[in-house]
Amino acid sequence: MARAAVQRRLSWRLGEVAELIDETPRVRSVVLGVAGWPGHRAGQHVDVRLTADDGYQAQRSYSIASAPDTPERLALTVERLDDGEVSPYLVGELRVGDTLELRGPIGGYFVWDVGMGGPLLLIAGGSGICPLMAMLRHRAARGSAVPTRLLYSSRSLEDVIYRDELHRLMATGKGLEVFHTLTRVQPPEWPGYRRRIDQDMLAEVTWPPDLHPLVFVCGPTPLVESVATALVQLGHEPGRIKTERFGPTGG
Amino acid sequence: MSVFSRGFKGRRRDADTRGRLPPGQYLVRGFPVLSAGPTPRTPLAEWTFSITGEVDEPKSWTWEQFRALPSETITRDIHCVTKWSKLDTTWEGVSVDTLLAGVETAADYVMAFCDGGYTTNLPLEDLSGGKAWVAFAYDGQPLEPEHGGPARLLVPHLYFWKSAKWVRGLQLMKDDSPGFWETYGYHMYGDPWREQRYSGD
Repeated sequence: MARAAVQRRLSWRLGEVAELIDETPRVRSVVLGVAGWPGHRAGQHVDVRLTADDGYQAQRSYSIASAPDTPERLALTVERLDDGEVSPYLVGELRVGDTLELRGPIGGYFVWDVGMGGPLLLIAGGSGICPLMAMLRHRAARGSAVPTRLLYSSRSLEDVIYRDELHRLMATGKGLEVFHTLTRVQPPEWPGYRRRIDQDMLAEVTWPPDLHPLVFVCGPTPLVESVATALVQLGHEPGRIKTERFGPTGG
Repeated sequence: MSVFSRGFKGRRRDADTRGRLPPGQYLVRGFPVLSAGPTPRTPLAEWTFSITGEVDEPKSWTWEQFRALPSETITRDIHCVTKWSKLDTTWEGVSVDTLLAGVETAADYVMAFCDGGYTTNLPLEDLSGGKAWVAFAYDGQPLEPEHGGPARLLVPHLYFWKSAKWVRGLQLMKDDSPGFWETYGYHMYGDPWREQRYSGD
Protein backbone atom coordinates (compact mmCIF):
# COMPACT_ATOMS: atom_id res chain seq x y z
CA MET A 1 0.00 0.00 0.00
CA ALA A 2 1.24 3.48 -0.82
CA ARG A 3 2.10 5.87 1.95
CA ALA A 4 0.09 9.06 2.26
CA ALA A 5 1.72 12.06 0.68
CA VAL A 6 3.98 13.86 3.11
CA GLN A 7 1.96 16.63 4.65
CA ARG A 8 3.29 19.97 5.69
CA ARG A 9 3.90 20.55 9.36
CA LEU A 10 1.13 22.46 11.10
CA SER A 11 2.96 25.33 12.74
CA TRP A 12 1.55 27.87 15.17
CA ARG A 13 0.48 31.15 13.58
CA LEU A 14 -0.72 34.44 14.95
CA GLY A 15 -4.19 35.72 14.28
CA GLU A 16 -5.21 39.26 15.11
CA VAL A 17 -8.72 39.81 16.38
CA ALA A 18 -10.42 41.99 13.78
CA GLU A 19 -13.98 41.78 15.00
CA LEU A 20 -16.04 40.32 17.84
CA ILE A 21 -19.69 39.49 17.23
CA ASP A 22 -22.05 38.62 20.06
CA GLU A 23 -24.24 35.94 18.50
CA THR A 24 -26.29 35.00 21.58
CA PRO A 25 -25.95 35.72 25.31
CA ARG A 26 -23.49 32.81 25.59
CA VAL A 27 -21.90 32.70 22.15
CA ARG A 28 -19.47 35.01 20.46
CA SER A 29 -17.77 34.92 17.08
CA VAL A 30 -14.11 35.86 16.98
CA VAL A 31 -13.07 37.07 13.53
CA LEU A 32 -9.32 36.85 13.00
CA GLY A 33 -6.99 38.13 10.34
CA VAL A 34 -4.37 35.44 9.81
CA ALA A 35 -1.48 36.41 7.54
CA GLY A 36 -0.35 33.50 5.40
CA TRP A 37 -3.32 31.29 6.28
CA PRO A 38 -3.02 28.33 3.86
CA GLY A 39 -6.77 28.03 3.37
CA HIS A 40 -9.21 25.45 4.65
CA ARG A 41 -12.22 23.40 3.69
CA ALA A 42 -15.65 24.00 5.20
CA GLY A 43 -15.96 21.75 8.26
CA GLN A 44 -12.31 21.79 9.36
CA HIS A 45 -11.12 23.10 12.72
CA VAL A 46 -8.15 24.81 14.33
CA ASP A 47 -6.30 24.41 17.60
CA VAL A 48 -6.10 27.56 19.70
CA ARG A 49 -3.35 28.03 22.31
CA LEU A 50 -3.42 30.54 25.15
CA THR A 51 -0.34 31.42 27.21
CA ALA A 52 -0.47 33.04 30.66
CA ASP A 53 2.18 35.44 31.98
CA ASP A 54 4.07 32.64 33.71
CA GLY A 55 4.16 30.46 30.60
CA TYR A 56 1.21 28.22 31.54
CA GLN A 57 -0.58 27.14 28.37
CA ALA A 58 -3.97 25.74 27.46
CA GLN A 59 -5.12 24.42 24.07
CA ARG A 60 -8.57 23.73 22.66
CA SER A 61 -10.04 22.90 19.25
CA TYR A 62 -12.65 25.10 17.55
CA SER A 63 -14.47 24.60 14.27
CA ILE A 64 -13.96 27.23 11.63
CA ALA A 65 -17.28 28.95 10.98
CA SER A 66 -16.17 31.09 8.05
CA ALA A 67 -16.17 30.00 4.43
CA PRO A 68 -12.88 29.16 2.77
CA ASP A 69 -13.75 31.86 0.26
CA THR A 70 -12.43 34.81 2.32
CA PRO A 71 -8.63 34.53 2.24
CA GLU A 72 -6.57 35.13 5.40
CA ARG A 73 -9.70 35.59 7.48
CA LEU A 74 -11.09 33.07 9.95
CA ALA A 75 -14.17 33.18 12.13
CA LEU A 76 -14.43 30.95 15.19
CA THR A 77 -17.74 30.84 17.03
CA VAL A 78 -17.28 29.99 20.68
CA GLU A 79 -19.86 29.05 23.32
CA ARG A 80 -18.97 30.04 26.87
CA LEU A 81 -18.87 27.01 29.13
CA ASP A 82 -19.31 28.23 32.71
CA ASP A 83 -16.75 25.83 34.13
CA GLY A 84 -14.46 26.14 31.12
CA GLU A 85 -10.89 27.34 31.08
CA VAL A 86 -10.51 28.72 27.56
CA SER A 87 -14.02 29.57 26.36
CA PRO A 88 -14.75 32.21 29.06
CA TYR A 89 -11.55 33.98 27.98
CA LEU A 90 -12.46 33.90 24.29
CA VAL A 91 -16.06 34.98 24.90
CA GLY A 92 -15.49 37.47 27.73
CA GLU A 93 -11.92 38.74 27.81
CA LEU A 94 -10.59 38.88 24.26
CA ARG A 95 -10.62 42.34 22.61
CA VAL A 96 -10.23 43.63 19.09
CA GLY A 97 -6.51 43.98 18.34
CA ASP A 98 -5.46 41.10 20.63
CA THR A 99 -3.51 38.25 19.10
CA LEU A 100 -4.35 34.59 19.30
CA GLU A 101 -2.10 31.63 18.51
CA LEU A 102 -3.62 28.97 16.33
CA ARG A 103 -2.68 26.14 14.01
CA GLY A 104 -4.54 24.28 11.34
CA PRO A 105 -6.54 23.53 9.35
CA ILE A 106 -7.16 20.15 10.98
CA GLY A 107 -9.42 17.31 9.87
CA GLY A 108 -10.51 16.40 6.40
CA TYR A 109 -13.37 13.95 6.81
CA PHE A 110 -16.15 16.17 8.15
CA VAL A 111 -15.88 18.56 5.19
CA TRP A 112 -18.03 19.65 2.30
CA ASP A 113 -17.38 21.74 -0.75
CA VAL A 114 -19.60 22.53 -3.70
CA GLY A 115 -17.79 19.98 -5.86
CA MET A 116 -19.17 17.19 -3.66
CA GLY A 117 -22.72 18.09 -4.70
CA GLY A 118 -25.76 16.96 -2.79
CA PRO A 119 -28.45 16.86 -1.73
CA LEU A 120 -26.88 18.21 1.42
CA LEU A 121 -28.50 17.46 4.75
CA LEU A 122 -27.19 19.34 7.78
CA ILE A 123 -28.33 18.63 11.32
CA ALA A 124 -27.08 20.76 14.19
CA GLY A 125 -27.57 21.10 17.91
CA GLY A 126 -26.52 24.33 19.64
CA SER A 127 -23.00 25.45 18.77
CA GLY A 128 -22.73 22.38 16.55
CA ILE A 129 -23.97 24.76 13.85
CA CYS A 130 -20.46 26.25 13.46
CA PRO A 131 -18.81 23.87 10.97
CA LEU A 132 -22.15 23.54 9.14
CA MET A 133 -22.31 27.33 8.85
CA ALA A 134 -18.94 27.26 7.10
CA MET A 135 -20.55 24.90 4.56
CA LEU A 136 -23.59 27.16 4.10
CA ARG A 137 -21.42 30.26 3.76
CA HIS A 138 -19.21 28.48 1.24
CA ARG A 139 -22.28 27.33 -0.69
CA ALA A 140 -23.58 30.93 -0.78
CA ALA A 141 -20.18 32.39 -1.72
CA ARG A 142 -20.05 30.08 -4.72
CA GLY A 143 -23.64 30.79 -5.73
CA SER A 144 -24.36 27.08 -5.46
CA ALA A 145 -27.92 25.82 -5.81
CA VAL A 146 -27.19 22.35 -4.39
CA PRO A 147 -30.45 21.31 -2.65
CA THR A 148 -29.71 21.81 1.04
CA ARG A 149 -31.70 21.36 4.22
CA LEU A 150 -30.66 22.41 7.70
CA LEU A 151 -32.43 21.10 10.79
CA TYR A 152 -31.24 23.11 13.77
CA SER A 153 -32.07 22.42 17.40
CA SER A 154 -31.70 25.21 19.98
CA ARG A 155 -32.96 25.67 23.51
CA SER A 156 -34.79 28.93 22.83
CA LEU A 157 -35.07 31.55 20.11
CA GLU A 158 -32.42 33.73 21.75
CA ASP A 159 -30.01 30.76 21.70
CA VAL A 160 -30.26 30.38 17.90
CA ILE A 161 -26.80 31.24 16.56
CA TYR A 162 -26.66 33.07 13.19
CA ARG A 163 -30.45 33.45 13.18
CA ASP A 164 -30.62 36.52 10.95
CA GLU A 165 -27.92 35.26 8.60
CA LEU A 166 -29.66 31.90 8.21
CA HIS A 167 -32.86 33.72 7.39
CA ARG A 168 -31.06 35.89 4.86
CA LEU A 169 -29.31 32.93 3.23
CA MET A 170 -32.63 31.16 2.85
CA ALA A 171 -34.32 34.26 1.43
CA THR A 172 -31.61 35.20 -1.04
CA GLY A 173 -30.11 31.85 -2.04
CA LYS A 174 -31.51 29.04 -4.07
CA GLY A 175 -32.42 25.59 -2.83
CA LEU A 176 -31.84 26.14 0.89
CA GLU A 177 -34.45 25.25 3.49
CA VAL A 178 -33.95 25.84 7.21
CA PHE A 179 -36.01 24.10 9.90
CA HIS A 180 -35.75 25.14 13.54
CA THR A 181 -36.74 23.27 16.64
CA LEU A 182 -36.77 24.99 20.04
CA THR A 183 -36.53 22.44 22.80
CA ARG A 184 -37.11 24.44 26.00
CA VAL A 185 -38.81 27.77 25.43
CA GLN A 186 -40.84 28.83 22.40
CA PRO A 187 -42.24 32.28 21.62
CA PRO A 188 -46.02 32.56 21.26
CA GLU A 189 -47.26 31.24 17.93
CA TRP A 190 -43.89 29.67 17.16
CA PRO A 191 -44.36 27.91 13.81
CA GLY A 192 -41.41 25.51 14.11
CA TYR A 193 -40.85 22.32 16.05
CA ARG A 194 -40.99 22.29 19.84
CA ARG A 195 -39.11 19.16 20.86
CA ARG A 196 -35.79 17.38 20.64
CA ILE A 197 -34.99 15.98 17.23
CA ASP A 198 -36.52 12.51 16.89
CA GLN A 199 -37.09 9.97 14.16
CA ASP A 200 -40.51 11.38 13.18
CA MET A 201 -39.04 14.85 12.77
CA LEU A 202 -36.18 13.48 10.71
CA ALA A 203 -38.63 11.56 8.51
CA GLU A 204 -40.55 14.81 7.87
CA VAL A 205 -37.57 17.04 7.22
CA THR A 206 -35.03 14.86 5.47
CA TRP A 207 -34.95 13.45 1.98
CA PRO A 208 -35.70 9.77 1.52
CA PRO A 209 -32.60 7.55 1.61
CA ASP A 210 -32.92 6.71 -2.10
CA LEU A 211 -31.91 10.29 -2.92
CA HIS A 212 -28.59 9.52 -1.17
CA PRO A 213 -28.11 12.81 0.66
CA LEU A 214 -24.73 13.68 2.11
CA VAL A 215 -25.40 14.02 5.82
CA PHE A 216 -23.44 16.05 8.38
CA VAL A 217 -24.48 15.94 12.03
CA CYS A 218 -22.84 18.13 14.66
CA GLY A 219 -23.83 18.82 18.23
CA PRO A 220 -23.60 17.42 21.72
CA THR A 221 -23.04 13.67 21.95
CA PRO A 222 -26.62 12.65 22.95
CA LEU A 223 -28.03 14.53 19.94
CA VAL A 224 -25.45 13.12 17.54
CA GLU A 225 -25.94 9.58 18.84
CA SER A 226 -29.73 9.68 18.59
CA VAL A 227 -29.83 11.47 15.22
CA ALA A 228 -27.26 9.17 13.60
CA THR A 229 -29.02 6.07 14.93
CA ALA A 230 -32.43 7.33 13.75
CA LEU A 231 -31.07 8.14 10.28
CA VAL A 232 -29.65 4.61 9.96
CA GLN A 233 -33.04 3.25 11.05
CA LEU A 234 -34.71 5.38 8.37
CA GLY A 235 -32.52 3.62 5.82
CA HIS A 236 -29.68 6.07 5.25
CA GLU A 237 -26.29 4.52 4.50
CA PRO A 238 -24.04 4.75 7.57
CA GLY A 239 -21.11 5.63 5.30
CA ARG A 240 -22.84 8.83 4.13
CA ILE A 241 -23.52 10.08 7.66
CA LYS A 242 -20.60 12.09 9.01
CA THR A 243 -20.62 13.15 12.63
CA GLU A 244 -18.77 15.59 14.80
CA ARG A 245 -19.43 16.04 18.49
CA PHE A 246 -19.27 19.13 20.63
CA GLY A 247 -19.33 18.37 24.28
CA PRO A 248 -18.77 20.38 27.39
CA THR A 249 -15.57 18.46 28.06
CA GLY A 250 -14.15 21.17 30.26
CA GLY A 251 -13.31 23.56 27.39
CA MET B 1 8.40 31.09 21.57
CA SER B 2 4.78 31.66 22.39
CA VAL B 3 2.96 34.92 22.56
CA PHE B 4 1.37 35.86 25.87
CA SER B 5 -2.41 36.05 25.89
CA ARG B 6 -3.33 39.33 27.56
CA GLY B 7 -5.49 38.69 30.59
CA PHE B 8 -5.38 34.90 30.43
CA LYS B 9 -4.89 33.27 33.82
CA GLY B 10 -5.70 29.64 33.16
CA ARG B 11 -6.48 26.92 35.58
CA ARG B 12 -3.45 25.32 37.20
CA ARG B 13 -3.16 21.60 37.61
CA ASP B 14 -3.79 19.89 40.91
CA ALA B 15 -0.63 18.77 42.65
CA ASP B 16 -1.60 15.10 42.40
CA THR B 17 -1.94 15.23 38.61
CA ARG B 18 1.43 16.88 38.05
CA GLY B 19 3.53 14.69 35.83
CA ARG B 20 0.53 12.78 34.57
CA LEU B 21 -0.82 15.25 32.01
CA PRO B 22 1.06 15.31 28.70
CA PRO B 23 1.70 18.72 27.09
CA GLY B 24 -1.40 20.52 25.81
CA GLN B 25 -3.84 18.22 27.64
CA TYR B 26 -6.46 19.05 30.27
CA LEU B 27 -8.31 16.83 32.71
CA VAL B 28 -11.91 15.72 32.34
CA ARG B 29 -14.11 13.83 34.76
CA GLY B 30 -16.68 12.63 32.22
CA PHE B 31 -15.91 10.37 29.31
CA PRO B 32 -16.32 12.33 26.05
CA VAL B 33 -17.35 10.46 22.91
CA LEU B 34 -15.78 11.07 19.52
CA SER B 35 -16.44 9.20 16.31
CA ALA B 36 -16.75 9.99 12.66
CA GLY B 37 -20.08 8.33 11.94
CA PRO B 38 -23.02 6.40 13.37
CA THR B 39 -22.32 3.92 16.15
CA PRO B 40 -22.27 0.40 14.64
CA ARG B 41 -24.26 -2.27 16.44
CA THR B 42 -23.07 -5.76 15.57
CA PRO B 43 -24.94 -8.62 17.29
CA LEU B 44 -22.57 -10.70 19.41
CA ALA B 45 -23.65 -13.80 17.47
CA GLU B 46 -22.08 -12.24 14.34
CA TRP B 47 -19.01 -10.80 16.07
CA THR B 48 -15.58 -12.29 15.46
CA PHE B 49 -12.05 -11.12 16.14
CA SER B 50 -9.41 -12.00 13.55
CA ILE B 51 -5.65 -11.85 13.05
CA THR B 52 -5.01 -11.53 9.31
CA GLY B 53 -2.42 -10.31 6.80
CA GLU B 54 1.25 -11.29 7.03
CA VAL B 55 0.73 -14.40 9.12
CA ASP B 56 1.38 -18.06 8.43
CA GLU B 57 -2.10 -18.93 9.55
CA PRO B 58 -4.94 -16.44 10.17
CA LYS B 59 -6.70 -16.76 13.53
CA SER B 60 -10.28 -16.00 14.47
CA TRP B 61 -12.41 -16.12 17.60
CA THR B 62 -16.16 -15.95 18.09
CA TRP B 63 -17.42 -13.78 20.97
CA GLU B 64 -17.71 -16.86 23.22
CA GLN B 65 -14.23 -18.04 22.32
CA PHE B 66 -12.82 -14.54 22.83
CA ARG B 67 -14.47 -14.18 26.24
CA ALA B 68 -13.13 -17.58 27.28
CA LEU B 69 -9.55 -16.28 26.88
CA PRO B 70 -7.73 -15.16 30.01
CA SER B 71 -8.42 -11.49 30.72
CA GLU B 72 -7.03 -8.90 33.07
CA THR B 73 -7.99 -5.66 34.78
CA ILE B 74 -6.09 -2.63 33.52
CA THR B 75 -5.96 0.81 35.16
CA ARG B 76 -4.35 3.51 33.04
CA ASP B 77 -4.53 7.23 32.15
CA ILE B 78 -5.90 7.94 28.68
CA HIS B 79 -5.18 10.92 26.44
CA CYS B 80 -7.33 12.07 23.50
CA VAL B 81 -5.81 14.13 20.69
CA THR B 82 -8.72 16.58 21.12
CA LYS B 83 -6.91 17.60 24.34
CA TRP B 84 -8.77 15.82 27.13
CA SER B 85 -7.14 13.33 29.43
CA LYS B 86 -8.78 11.06 31.94
CA LEU B 87 -6.82 9.53 34.81
CA ASP B 88 -7.07 6.05 36.32
CA THR B 89 -9.58 4.57 33.89
CA THR B 90 -10.28 0.91 34.64
CA TRP B 91 -10.84 -1.65 31.93
CA GLU B 92 -11.10 -5.36 31.53
CA GLY B 93 -9.66 -6.97 28.44
CA VAL B 94 -7.63 -9.64 26.74
CA SER B 95 -3.97 -8.82 26.27
CA VAL B 96 -2.96 -8.57 22.62
CA ASP B 97 -0.03 -10.82 23.63
CA THR B 98 -2.60 -13.56 24.29
CA LEU B 99 -4.18 -13.04 20.86
CA LEU B 100 -0.81 -13.05 19.10
CA ALA B 101 0.52 -16.10 20.95
CA GLY B 102 1.76 -18.67 18.45
CA VAL B 103 1.40 -16.30 15.48
CA GLU B 104 4.37 -16.50 13.11
CA THR B 105 4.93 -13.23 11.28
CA ALA B 106 7.54 -11.07 9.58
CA ALA B 107 5.32 -8.03 10.04
CA ASP B 108 6.43 -4.86 11.84
CA TYR B 109 3.13 -2.97 11.62
CA VAL B 110 -0.53 -3.56 12.27
CA MET B 111 -3.72 -2.10 10.89
CA ALA B 112 -6.56 -2.42 13.38
CA PHE B 113 -9.88 -2.78 11.55
CA CYS B 114 -13.35 -2.15 12.88
CA ASP B 115 -17.08 -2.25 12.29
CA GLY B 116 -18.08 0.91 10.44
CA GLY B 117 -14.90 0.88 8.35
CA TYR B 118 -12.60 2.64 10.83
CA THR B 119 -8.92 1.71 10.76
CA THR B 120 -5.77 2.83 12.58
CA ASN B 121 -2.14 1.84 12.15
CA LEU B 122 0.36 0.95 14.87
CA PRO B 123 3.80 -0.62 15.12
CA LEU B 124 3.49 -4.27 16.17
CA GLU B 125 5.86 -3.70 19.09
CA ASP B 126 3.43 -1.14 20.55
CA LEU B 127 0.75 -3.82 20.69
CA SER B 128 2.91 -6.47 22.34
CA GLY B 129 4.77 -6.80 25.62
CA GLY B 130 1.83 -5.98 27.89
CA LYS B 131 1.09 -2.58 26.32
CA ALA B 132 -2.23 -3.25 24.57
CA TRP B 133 -5.51 -5.05 25.10
CA VAL B 134 -8.82 -5.77 23.44
CA ALA B 135 -11.12 -4.37 26.13
CA PHE B 136 -14.72 -5.49 26.65
CA ALA B 137 -15.56 -3.79 29.96
CA TYR B 138 -15.12 -0.29 31.36
CA ASP B 139 -15.52 0.58 35.02
CA GLY B 140 -16.86 -2.89 35.76
CA GLN B 141 -19.63 -2.76 33.14
CA PRO B 142 -19.84 -4.17 29.61
CA LEU B 143 -18.40 -1.57 27.23
CA GLU B 144 -21.20 0.64 25.89
CA PRO B 145 -21.58 0.89 22.10
CA GLU B 146 -20.81 4.63 22.03
CA HIS B 147 -17.50 3.91 23.78
CA GLY B 148 -16.65 1.15 21.34
CA GLY B 149 -18.54 -1.88 22.65
CA PRO B 150 -18.69 -4.78 22.43
CA ALA B 151 -14.90 -4.48 22.28
CA ARG B 152 -12.29 -1.86 21.53
CA LEU B 153 -8.56 -1.77 21.28
CA LEU B 154 -6.87 -0.24 24.33
CA VAL B 155 -3.40 1.20 23.72
CA PRO B 156 -3.20 3.78 26.50
CA HIS B 157 0.38 4.93 25.87
CA LEU B 158 -0.68 6.44 22.51
CA TYR B 159 -3.35 9.07 21.75
CA PHE B 160 -6.73 7.48 22.14
CA TRP B 161 -7.70 7.43 18.45
CA LYS B 162 -5.26 4.51 18.24
CA SER B 163 -7.49 2.63 20.71
CA ALA B 164 -9.91 1.77 17.92
CA LYS B 165 -13.57 1.38 18.85
CA TRP B 166 -15.64 -1.57 17.60
CA VAL B 167 -12.42 -3.39 16.73
CA ARG B 168 -12.84 -6.63 14.80
CA GLY B 169 -9.27 -7.61 14.11
CA LEU B 170 -5.66 -6.88 13.43
CA GLN B 171 -4.14 -7.01 9.96
CA LEU B 172 -0.39 -7.55 10.20
CA MET B 173 1.68 -5.62 7.64
CA LYS B 174 5.34 -5.53 6.61
CA ASP B 175 5.20 -1.79 5.94
CA ASP B 176 3.48 1.04 7.75
CA SER B 177 0.38 2.45 6.10
CA PRO B 178 -1.95 5.23 7.29
CA GLY B 179 -5.30 4.37 8.83
CA PHE B 180 -8.44 6.52 8.85
CA TRP B 181 -7.39 9.64 10.79
CA GLU B 182 -3.76 9.24 9.75
CA THR B 183 -4.88 9.72 6.12
CA TYR B 184 -6.41 13.05 7.18
CA GLY B 185 -3.17 14.39 8.60
CA TYR B 186 -3.05 12.91 12.07
CA HIS B 187 0.29 11.54 13.24
CA MET B 188 1.38 8.04 12.15
CA TYR B 189 2.53 7.17 15.71
CA GLY B 190 0.75 9.51 18.16
CA ASP B 191 2.85 9.67 21.34
CA PRO B 192 1.07 12.12 23.69
CA TRP B 193 4.26 12.82 25.66
CA ARG B 194 5.96 14.05 22.49
CA GLU B 195 2.71 15.79 21.47
CA GLN B 196 2.56 13.96 18.15
CA ARG B 197 -0.92 15.13 17.22
CA TYR B 198 -0.54 15.85 13.52
CA SER B 199 1.72 14.80 10.69
CA GLY B 200 5.08 16.51 11.14
CA ASP B 201 4.74 17.03 14.93
